[in-house]
Amino acid sequence: MADKIDQIFVTVLHFLVSYLPEAWRPLASSLICIAFILMVFPLIFSLTTIFERKGIGRIQNRYGPNRVGIPFTKIRLAGFGQFLPDGVKMLTKEDVVPRAADQVVHFLAPIVLLIPVLLTYAVLPFGRNMAIADYDAGLLFFLAVGGAVEISVFMAGWSSRNKYSLLGAMRAIAQMVSYEIPLILSGVTVVMIAGTLNLSQIVEHQNQYTFGIAHWFVFTPWGLVGFILFFIASLAESNRSPFDLPEAESEIIAGYFTEYSGFKFALFFLGEYLGMFSIIGLGITLFLGGWTSPVSFLTWIPSWIWFLTKMMAIVFVFIWIRATLPRLRMDQLMGFAWKFMLPLALINILVAGLWHFMSHDWQRWLVCSAIIFGAYVVLGRGLMANQKLGKRIYRYAE
Amino acid sequence: MTPLQTCLLISALLFSVGFAGAVTRRHAILVLIGIELMLNAANLNLIAFWRFGAHPESLNGFIFALFSMALAAAEAAVGLALVIAIYRHKKTSNLDEMKELKG
Amino acid sequence: MSPFFIITAVVTLFGAVLAMSLRNLVHCALAMAIAFAGVAALFLQLGAEFVGFAQILIYIGAIAILIVFAILLTRSGESPDKSVLTSGWWAGIAVTAMVFTILGWAVLSSSAVPKELPAAPAATVKNVGDLLMTKFVLPLEIVALVLTAAMIGAVLIALKEDNKDNAGGQP
Repeated sequence: MADKIDQIFVTVLHFLVSYLPEAWRPLASSLICIAFILMVFPLIFSLTTIFERKGIGRIQNRYGPNRVGIPFTKIRLAGFGQFLPDGVKMLTKEDVVPRAADQVVHFLAPIVLLIPVLLTYAVLPFGRNMAIADYDAGLLFFLAVGGAVEISVFMAGWSSRNKYSLLGAMRAIAQMVSYEIPLILSGVTVVMIAGTLNLSQIVEHQNQYTFGIAHWFVFTPWGLVGFILFFIASLAESNRSPFDLPEAESEIIAGYFTEYSGFKFALFFLGEYLGMFSIIGLGITLFLGGWTSPVSFLTWIPSWIWFLTKMMAIVFVFIWIRATLPRLRMDQLMGFAWKFMLPLALINILVAGLWHFMSHDWQRWLVCSAIIFGAYVVLGRGLMANQKLGKRIYRYAE
Repeated sequence: MTPLQTCLLISALLFSVGFAGAVTRRHAILVLIGIELMLNAANLNLIAFWRFGAHPESLNGFIFALFSMALAAAEAAVGLALVIAIYRHKKTSNLDEMKELKG
Repeated sequence: MSPFFIITAVVTLFGAVLAMSLRNLVHCALAMAIAFAGVAALFLQLGAEFVGFAQILIYIGAIAILIVFAILLTRSGESPDKSVLTSGWWAGIAVTAMVFTILGWAVLSSSAVPKELPAAPAATVKNVGDLLMTKFVLPLEIVALVLTAAMIGAVLIALKEDNKDNAGGQP
């Protein structure tokens, strides 16, 4: 029974496709998968926006949206119906394009954002046998396609012919490029240990249990550091607080999508959240065991429920961080990426190599933890030592 | 026409377009873009020879293409740094105006 | 060759022609990104998955962004008023036509082209990794050295030499 619920989506897909002639099956099955992703993740997005507003409201000691439920009834659903009027408002707003804007590029930017973000979902294993495209080089595909988002950010910022947009876009690209390096390097450790770039096989590698506890990579010294680095970098990649300088409302209005309104703004909003979900999904796959359960006696819970639960838990941490931490300054942001995260990620790769070649006993735990702790202390002190709290330094890009 | 010839013709066209841009445009960055297009055409050739050549299992062309990409990245980084440095000195990135050897 | 391959090739060439002929440099850079993506798609259709993804990662994720940054740093984002072509552009076009003629003639008349289609080779990540670490380990190390040298060189070239107008900045 548990197996059947676990595989319900796969079974339904096979059932639907089996009615078609042989030649049409690959096409039909990919179309169904695309429709599935286009339905499920925007729905999760709309619920997350309410979840976020309510969560931040609670943290700031207020209620957040709690009125809108099902129309024409007294059912309020604790405000979770809010996303419907929000969506209608967003889609019926006037679409304003600045007169000086570069019309074609301005129009294409949100589309160029959404396409790579949606493509990244193709390789994520949402559950057992639920990766849509099981590429041999799945991780490389994810990182490559995810990197194409920067072009769209530039297009949006440049084509608006607005100094705030351009500043926001330049900040966003500089930030994304800088944080992509620790992101990739922390993923490299997993590739070294698992010996594959295929995301399903990486999950399968973590699907073993000792004393009832799963072999997730986060439960090793290098995995813990890798996960924390990945987590910070994914916050920066998805432009979330405290790395939300590109769209800092109080400084540059809304960054690269200042000049977007109506449907195009909705697309940017959607693309940003979908990008966040997909990068969280990658983090889960790499370090938190993907769809596996943390303890062996809970393996009867369907794999896709585990995946979604982990994803929503991390989304909650993102929201929590947003409501808690202040925004970084641009030089602090860059210094943190290049002076702290990059060296630590490189040392982490060394530690992962040691971990692979040392014998399987307590010594490797000790040695690896000691190296990482030492590196953390030294790098942290180095970062703090340069914090001259004096006159601010301005460097102009000519 | 065999598949290999189709690939080679496409790559010859791509090369010619990049070459034409590199030799006719004024702006230094566009010349770099042209060079990148030419390198891409060369990569396409390498992959086509690997795929349709005599010994695809040796993966020589495949790995050659990977190395050429790495070198293209290095070339772009240094080239663009040069363009920026020249712009600082001369306040121009127009190739026709860069005719002095002294900075 | 499948019709899809031809369509991809046409899109690629269209992007390349736009990149070389548009007046506004930013448009050129974006059209170049289309050409790069098209070449990546061609690689994927030739069975070179790894090279295709690497192409997207390196060319669209890094080189296109680098070029765009360089365009903005040299203030060339607006369309120029004067001609965008060099003074001797007609000679360039003539040489290009000659180059293409010779290349096309060589491709079409070559006798070295194999007639039969070999079976699709297995270019799995594992094979590529094994080869890079065994047969091609020396080139790999040299590429690493070249990339490091290029990075240091690029930083040094683009570094500001004088900091007179840069109050309080580091040298």
